This record gives sequence, structure tokens and C-alpha cells, in this order.
Amino acid sequence: MAVTLVLASVLLFGILNLAPGGPFDARIASAHIQDTSYLDRLNKMIGLDKPVHERYLIWVSGVLRGNLGESWTIARGQPVNTIIGSRLPNTVMLMTTGLLFSLLIAIVIGTISAVRQYSLLDNLFTAFSFFGISIPAFWFGLIMLKFFGLELKIFPVGGIYSVGHQDDLLDRLWHLILPMIVLSLLQVAQWSRFLRSSLLETLRQDYIRTARAKGQVERLVLFRHAFRNALIPLVTVIALAIPTLFGGAIFTETIFNWPGMGQLLIGAVGALDWPVAMGVVIITAALTIVANFVADIAYVVVDPRIRY
Amino acid sequence: MATTVSESANVLSLPAPASPKAGGERVKARGEIAIVWSRFRRHQFALIGLGALLFMLLIATVAPLAPWGPNEIDRSITEPQYLSHGFAPPSAAHWFGTDELNRDLFSRLLWAGRISLAVGFLTVGIGATIGIVIGALAGFYGGWIDTVLMRITDLFLSFPFLPTLILISAMLHQYKFNADVTVVQVSTIVGVLALLGWMDTARLVRGQFLSLLNRDFVLAARALGADGRRIMLVHLIPNSLAPIIVAASLNVGGFIIAESAISFLGVGVSPPTASWGSMLADFQSYLRYSAVAVLLPGGAIFITVMAINFVGDGLRDALDPWLRNR
Repeated sequence: MAVTLVLASVLLFGILNLAPGGPFDARIASAHIQDTSYLDRLNKMIGLDKPVHERYLIWVSGVLRGNLGESWTIARGQPVNTIIGSRLPNTVMLMTTGLLFSLLIAIVIGTISAVRQYSLLDNLFTAFSFFGISIPAFWFGLIMLKFFGLELKIFPVGGIYSVGHQDDLLDRLWHLILPMIVLSLLQVAQWSRFLRSSLLETLRQDYIRTARAKGQVERLVLFRHAFRNALIPLVTVIALAIPTLFGGAIFTETIFNWPGMGQLLIGAVGALDWPVAMGVVIITAALTIVANFVADIAYVVVDPRIRY
Repeated sequence: MATTVSESANVLSLPAPASPKAGGERVKARGEIAIVWSRFRRHQFALIGLGALLFMLLIATVAPLAPWGPNEIDRSITEPQYLSHGFAPPSAAHWFGTDELNRDLFSRLLWAGRISLAVGFLTVGIGATIGIVIGALAGFYGGWIDTVLMRITDLFLSFPFLPTLILISAMLHQYKFNADVTVVQVSTIVGVLALLGWMDTARLVRGQFLSLLNRDFVLAARALGADGRRIMLVHLIPNSLAPIIVAASLNVGGFIIAESAISFLGVGVSPPTASWGSMLADFQSYLRYSAVAVLLPGGAIFITVMAINFVGDGLRDALDPWLRNR
């Protein structure tokens, strides 16, 4: 696992350094500065004068000590750690609320679909989930922004709080709702289908028949007996969805002007600020690996039948 | 179950009945397509999806017949408000109105469709080929080849898909090529997407190969002296084709979304070339002026991807009834 991460970082670093020139080339050219020594000085300042392998070693030894380097362009000279640190809470808030919201809705939809299989409601939810997995998230975001933000003016058109309302919790929630819904759509569509099939399979088990045969109330059969086993596979699915969720956060943050990691990545990429961009990607990769690990552990914790 | 090639005694007895079967096989092969089609036809949504997909392909093909060129600006529009920010309403000359530079939205939509669909299908073609080759080599030869190839697959799987896609696309955007802009953009996007999208096919093919390798017909072929290449091309790959086709068809939609996504974020197809995603990126700043302009390109992506998902679902049911999800 660690080897994969190191190799991945070497590959990414190498690929990014294939880019011709540095972040200042275009600016120097557009400013009509003929003197190349100025550009050389700028490049030397960010260490671009050293060969690639040396730069990688400097960068990676920093990363191993928890230092992601310095920003090149978007906040010249500021540590990447500080920049990411200021953005991380916003993304974590968006992702956590998005995850909880999708989980809640998915469980409700999945349960109704499974209990009332092939009913009108089930078919509607099936259609909805096809809709949810096919619709491009950013388009859905734009539509929500257009209609609820610009036309109906029910929700703000972006940002995390209104000017002067930093500490107003309600105001923040109000800003959170649209991004959260947009981020959740895909997850709700996938998880509700997953839960539906998982629940249907569980309801077919012998011990459910036993529970019904002994006269257990249907509601308790569902919630006390079936639910526990049907929800187990969802743990893995949720943990594995974290990278997807982060991908979704990139669009959501771009559309709703949400100052998080995704917006930071896009900004850094646009300004050729590779240290910041690499920092975001490395943190995402690490997050993915941790999520996979947690999924394995959580599976054992929630399912006592599994023993290693 | 652990039959090996060395147990030639019972394997060698197979070829005799196998030779008349080879003739019958060919008749069955034609029949198989008919069977698959008849199963596919029963899937109502799949048929609708196929119809919608064919329609999209058709309008992308006839894009050159569109009334306006993809980058042609209508300078006859003189009303001050449309002159300043574009988005003239639909009219006889512009069926869906115009975009922010007063280019014909309808024509541009058709041209953009070409790019989006081409990226989707080309990427799946290339990605599936890479995946089949790697999965086939890993599954067939096993041993250290398998280990190395699967470690490489794991390595690629460990990249977070979207951030990596954005990084590499942004890097490639720095290059200036002396070629047609559209061709360069499409080929770089297809290349990057294929580079990051072959792993599931490779794993699928490897798994299929492992489960087929010890089947009697493969052992029989080996006993008859078929070399590895023949066994792979004639026996293993055709028999693994069903799940590959299903996965590939569903991947087309995923790649179309991925292309529109990076174009939307500004590191994919960029102006003046249009794809559905880059059109949405352009309109993002003009949201307040037009609803139609936002609805159309996204709607086109949505309908195409939905159609592809339906077709993929239908294909799954038709090709392999055991793969059917509940």
C-alpha cells in the first residue's frame, strides 16, 4: 500500500513536471519582458532550476515530515499546509453533511422500495435512481442555482455565509442546503438501489421467515431483524464512496463558490501552482486509502460473523 | 477439478466429437446474435435507449448540414441588449436562440455533440483494448507477469480519478501543438481518459480468463497443440466477450460525463471548440440571461448517458441472464 502511494506520487510528480516551462512563463511573456534573467530568477526562487529528481526528493522529504511545500502562484510563499488547512474544514463540512443527508434519504427510499417491491412508488424511485446516475452533477448544480438561486431567490447563489454573518449558524445552514443536495444526488441514487437489493435479499432469508412465523410484528421484523444485516454491506459502499464524494465536491464547490479543497484544486491548476495541486491530490489519495482501511475494519466491527 | 494438460488420456478423447461440433458452432454463432437481439427487444427501456442513442449519433453525424458553422457569429443581430451579452431568443434563423457571442445555439449543439460522442466511444475503444491486452496477458500467463501487471493496475486504481484527471489535463493544456486544435484536444482527452479508465476491463478480463482456463474446451485446444495466441484469440476472448461488452457499453456514458466534467472545469475541450461540457462552462457566467442555454447542452449529455445506461442494462440482460441484477 505504501509502495503504491510512493509510486503514485513519483508518477504524478513526474507527469506534472513534463509541463513545459514554469508558472511564470506566460506572465513574463504577456508583460513583454525581454530580459530572461528575470524569469530565471523567479524560477530559481521556487526551485525550478534544479533537475526533476532533486525537486522530487526535496518535495517528498518535506511530505514525509508533514510539510507539503510552498505555494508558487496563488499565495506566493505561503505554506501549502496553511492554505489547505484553511480550506479543509469547509470541504469536510460539505462532505459530512452531504454524506449524512444522502444516507438518510437513501435508507428511506431503499426501505420503501424493498418493502413495497414493484409498487408504483418503487418504480418511481427506480426511475429516479436512473435519473440520478445519468445526470451530470454539475449540470444539476447549475439548474438548481438558476432556479432556486437566481429565479426564485429562495437560496443564496454561492459562498458559505452572507457578508457580516460569519457566526450566524442559520445563515450558514441556508448557504449549505443547495450544495448539499447537489452533492448528494448521485449518492442517493446509488445507495438507495444498493440498499433495496440488499434488503430484498435479506428479507428472503430463513431467519426472517422464522421471525414472521413466530408472530413477530412486521415492523419489528423489518427494523430489528432485517435492517441489521441489510445495512452491513452499506458500510463498505459508504467508505468507498468517499473519493467519489470528493470528486463531486470539486464541482459543487466550483458552482456554488464554496471555498473548499475542490475550488482550491481548480484555482491551483489554473494558476499552474503545482505544489498546492499536488498537496490536494496527495491528501485525497491518503483519504481514499484511509477510507478503504476503515471500510475493512468497520466491516468486522459491525458484522460479528466475520473473524480474521 | 484440478485437471492439467498432462492428463492427456481423457482430454485426447475429446477432439473426435469436437470436429462436427465446429461446423455446428458456426450456425449457432449466427443464431446467438438473433437470440441476444430477441432478448434485448423484450427490454422496453433498452429499446427506447437505443433509439435515443441512434438519434444522438445521427444528429452528430449530420452536424455539417447545420444552418450555421460551429464558430460562426451572427452579426446581423443588432438589438443593443443582445449585442452586449448575446443570448438572443429563439427565432426562425436561430431555432434555439444564440449563445453569449451570438453564435447559433442549435448548430453549435450539434457540433459539440460530435466531440462529446467521439470522445466517449473512442475512449472506450482504446481503454477496452488496453484493458483486454493487460487482463489477457495477466490471466493467461499468470506467475510474475500476472503479479507485475496487477500491481500496475492497482497503482492506477490508487489515483483518485477526478483530481488526477484534472491535473494531467491541466498539464497537457500547457503544450502547444502545430495541428488542428480540435483534433489535438480530442486526442489528448481520449488519451488521458483511456490511460485512467482501462483498469476495470483488465480486472474483468483477467477474472474471466482464470475461470475459463481450466474448462474442458480450453484443455482440449491445448492438447491439440494450439499455441497461447490461438487459445487466447479463438477460445478465451470470444468467451469473455459478453461481460466485456456490457462493461464497455456502460463505460461510454461514464467517459462522456468525465469529458464534459473536465471541459466544464476548463481543462478539457476549450474555446472556440465546443463540447457539451465546455458549452455549460461558458454559460455558467451568463446564468441570469438564459435558461434554455443551460438546459440544452446538459440535457443532451443527460439524455445520451441515460440512453447508454439503458442500452447497457438491456445488453446485460440479453447477453448474460445470470448477470442480471435483482
